[in-house]
Amino acid sequence: MSQGVGVVGLYVRDQDEALRFYVDKLGFRVHTDSKNGDYRWLTVQHPEQPSFQLGLYTPGPPVLDAATAQTLREIVAKGAMPPLVLTVDDCREAYKRMHKAGVEFTQEPVTRYGSTDASFRDPSGNGWKMIEARKVPS
Amino acid sequence: MSASSPQDPQLLRRLLRAKDRMDVASHEEWPVERLARVSRVSQAHFARSFKDAFGVPPHRYLLTRRIERAKALLRDTDLSITDIAFQTGWTSLGTFGRIFRDITGSSPGQLRTLEKAAAHALDRVPACFLIAAHRPNLTSAVSEKRRRESRGKNKTTK
Repeated sequence: MSQGVGVVGLYVRDQDEALRFYVDKLGFRVHTDSKNGDYRWLTVQHPEQPSFQLGLYTPGPPVLDAATAQTLREIVAKGAMPPLVLTVDDCREAYKRMHKAGVEFTQEPVTRYGSTDASFRDPSGNGWKMIEARKVPS
Repeated sequence: MSASSPQDPQLLRRLLRAKDRMDVASHEEWPVERLARVSRVSQAHFARSFKDAFGVPPHRYLLTRRIERAKALLRDTDLSITDIAFQTGWTSLGTFGRIFRDITGSSPGQLRTLEKAAAHALDRVPACFLIAAHRPNLTSAVSEKRRRESRGKNKTTK
């Protein structure tokens, strides 16, 4: 596949903290980490999804003015950014591993609507729903 | 502090933790002291900062979550209204019925009949997000809403 969505970004309060979270706790890989003065382009990747990068950006200069950056930091910390979904093969197994690694879960795994889901947040406040992939009958 | 003045993102992140805890266990009791402890702020500071951050006082937020859950249970299960009242955190069926009516405009029984009759076109939205679409929008205190409605009724009977 050569066409499609390549990068979607999140605002985080601290890129080093976010990097540790997504790489050490969630098992993502760094795709690009490139600095230019205050600006840092940082993207990570799910190990099984090479065509997609998740950007981890801090709101601020030179891209945004200070007031806008403050507003965005508030919005992220209030958990008001759109929901993110992480698909996993085994939700309870992933929960066990991530919980042990210190991920802040906001909902333990629940089996309902024919699947199992849990919720967690990254240190900045971005909310993730972790949903077990439905088994496709082969 | 007004809602438009800047709030410390570190504080907001801790307030979010209290909101998350109410979200996942809205059937539990959430007195301000318990919430303030989760957010690691004083009780006085908690109530005001929570309202500034999320637009509603913490207790009212809890009520919206309880009613949202009750509505989902009415719609999606065959549990009795008494069971639903207790499962969603009320200790009295009367209080549940009254607040439910105050917020949604209908009784739990009426709402169940209405919801079950209406086939909705939202079945492609992941179910765990769909429930949020049915969250009641509680912009004023329940008691205030009740007072306004009774004033309205008095007017029409005159």
